[in-house]
Amino acid sequence: MTPKLESTITGSCQSFESIREVLAKANEEKSGDELAGIAADSAAERVAAKDVLSQLSLATLRENPVIPYEDDEVTRVIQDVVDETVYKEICDWTVADLREFLVDERTNEEDIDRIRPGLTSEMIAAVTKLMSNIDLIQATAKMTITARCNNTIGTEGTLSFRLQPNDPTDDVDNIRYSICEGLSYGVGDAVIGINPVEDNHEQTKRLLEVTKEFIEEWNIPTQNCVLSHLTTQIEAVRNGAPADLLFQSLAGTEAGNESFGIDIDLLDDAYEFGKEHCTASGPNFMYFETGQGSELSSDSHADVDQVTLEARCYGLAKRYDPFIVNTVVGFIGPEYLYDGKQVIRAGLEDVFMGQLTGISMGIDACYTNHIQADQNDIESLAVLLTAAGSNYFISVPMGDDTMLNYQSNSYHDAAALWDIFDVRPAPEFESWLEDMGIARDGHLTSKAGDPTVFLGEHEDGRKQESTNS
Amino acid sequence: MTDIDPHTDPEDETALDRIASASPSRLGLGRSGTRPRTASVLSFRADHAQARDAVLTHVSEETIENAGLLKVTSLVSDQDEYLARPDRGRQISEETAEQIRDACTHAPDVQIIVCDGLSSTAVEANIADLLPMLTDGFEERGFTVGTLLFVEFGRVDIMDAIGEELEADIVVNLIGERPGLNTAKSLSAYLVYGPERGKPTATKSVISNIHPDGLPAIEAGAQIVDLVATIHDQQGSGIELT
Repeated sequence: MTPKLESTITGSCQSFESIREVLAKANEEKSGDELAGIAADSAAERVAAKDVLSQLSLATLRENPVIPYEDDEVTRVIQDVVDETVYKEICDWTVADLREFLVDERTNEEDIDRIRPGLTSEMIAAVTKLMSNIDLIQATAKMTITARCNNTIGTEGTLSFRLQPNDPTDDVDNIRYSICEGLSYGVGDAVIGINPVEDNHEQTKRLLEVTKEFIEEWNIPTQNCVLSHLTTQIEAVRNGAPADLLFQSLAGTEAGNESFGIDIDLLDDAYEFGKEHCTASGPNFMYFETGQGSELSSDSHADVDQVTLEARCYGLAKRYDPFIVNTVVGFIGPEYLYDGKQVIRAGLEDVFMGQLTGISMGIDACYTNHIQADQNDIESLAVLLTAAGSNYFISVPMGDDTMLNYQSNSYHDAAALWDIFDVRPAPEFESWLEDMGIARDGHLTSKAGDPTVFLGEHEDGRKQESTNS
Repeated sequence: MTDIDPHTDPEDETALDRIASASPSRLGLGRSGTRPRTASVLSFRADHAQARDAVLTHVSEETIENAGLLKVTSLVSDQDEYLARPDRGRQISEETAEQIRDACTHAPDVQIIVCDGLSSTAVEANIADLLPMLTDGFEERGFTVGTLLFVEFGRVDIMDAIGEELEADIVVNLIGERPGLNTAKSLSAYLVYGPERGKPTATKSVISNIHPDGLPAIEAGAQIVDLVATIHDQQGSGIELT
């Protein structure tokens, strides 16, 4: 039974029709919820919704998924995996109780690990709506989620980076140059991952081969990935392409996934395929990307707010034990996240929700040129999320991705963040940087920043065979 | 303190120069400590400034007048609303509908509209060359061309509403693309056959990347005219084309 959904916290009585409406109106201000017509009409209504939400029990949220169990396979995945024993221990908690548990200094990582299997994505989204930015950072900082592919990501005291060497024409030489540049700044331990211009299996295979060849020639403890459609990658791998990671974009609704051309059967099959055929040595070989607003952009949001839908993406991602999940936070445009303030908030929410779900979470702190944000905003977000313990960030040369036409963190930002927070790259990768003479004791050496250290006599980034024996 | 300047002290100076000049990405720029060098930062900021200005400034009245365009507006009333409410940028008011029905040629073969979209700079940079190419090209092929319109705060799909009101066979929407750091001058041409409100995006054909360093206006004009002829022959656009 649904409790009475009303609050008098701001003086007058505000009431709500459904749990879904309470969740939407309790969100911090987001242009996407306004565009969807589901946001709070006023600041007073927003706080009233938060008040109502704070008093709901976790059982109420479990029993009222934002899309019914029988209508949506993402709901079914999230509900079916709940550990009933753990759930019974916490189902009487209110959302306020969950917030206070997470921020309590006596609550440690093991305590969070213990309750995690009893949570649903709706509960995780709900508590997020009651948490301030410091709440989110502090709670995220308590959680360590590691994953293992060819190296290990997410261990305490580390901060990794995806090296994103995109090129507007998929030019192989330019891609290699960008890889050389990134490695010379010490980035690339999360993945060397390319967004291809052309989504076909021949091109995907070619780029997987280029990256794998480079990784093997220089013996780099990292993994490669080409971010074409999952079915394209599988076709490429069937034709012999070496892929450490398999990539796919996810949505938080069945209809949203349909618009991405996937469903759970397809993901299940891909996962089984990857187990068999990925070149990764570790058990985690899936890479997912998400981002608040993607369901609304494909008109598959079912009147659910974008934070709750994002949490549901993570619930789905968890099924596949991913190496990395990435929220592409400022890419989608100002109609979903209006400005730097909304992007920063969404970034903190997403990394927190991902880690609370129990997945290896990182972020593309980014912006397009039509959003009210700039490089300062995403540098700030990177600092906040390094404090929170994000597993990794995306990085591109000088922050400028000339293929996707947007800006993200610069290769330079990695060493700056390591310095400020006294953290290090993934351990295997750090040893490799030391062997290469690029870094020493967690700092760049004088050799760093020179991409030509990888060029040798071959000018295209390939080692000479004689030096490779 | 500058740890290294690979422009003066790289392991392979020739290679570094080649990397920096070959790639459109910002490579081989060196660093100052962990941070980029000042000149690199300023150059990045200059490009971002141009991109922002392209989004936030308006197409000048002079450009609109010189091109002989009749100016109308979407339901959007200012730049903030334009960015936050794409749905309103796709619609016109009843007054605007009446205005264009009164002022414009009825049922033309081809209706051309120009939208500021996300880059006024793109409109300013391309329209003067592109429009005469199109009107001449269409007339040479025997198509009637409707009254030329400029739509302030217009999105791609506003072509459906305008085309439906004017009962045009085909609408060509010339619209400013979201600027990148490399150029703010890029324009796209969207084409639709049998425009009506709600017509799916997939039924629109598009020619993009129209700017002096991409597809120059003169080449784009020829391509658009050819594509309109194909659309006319096949009575369909986008995924409807074979």
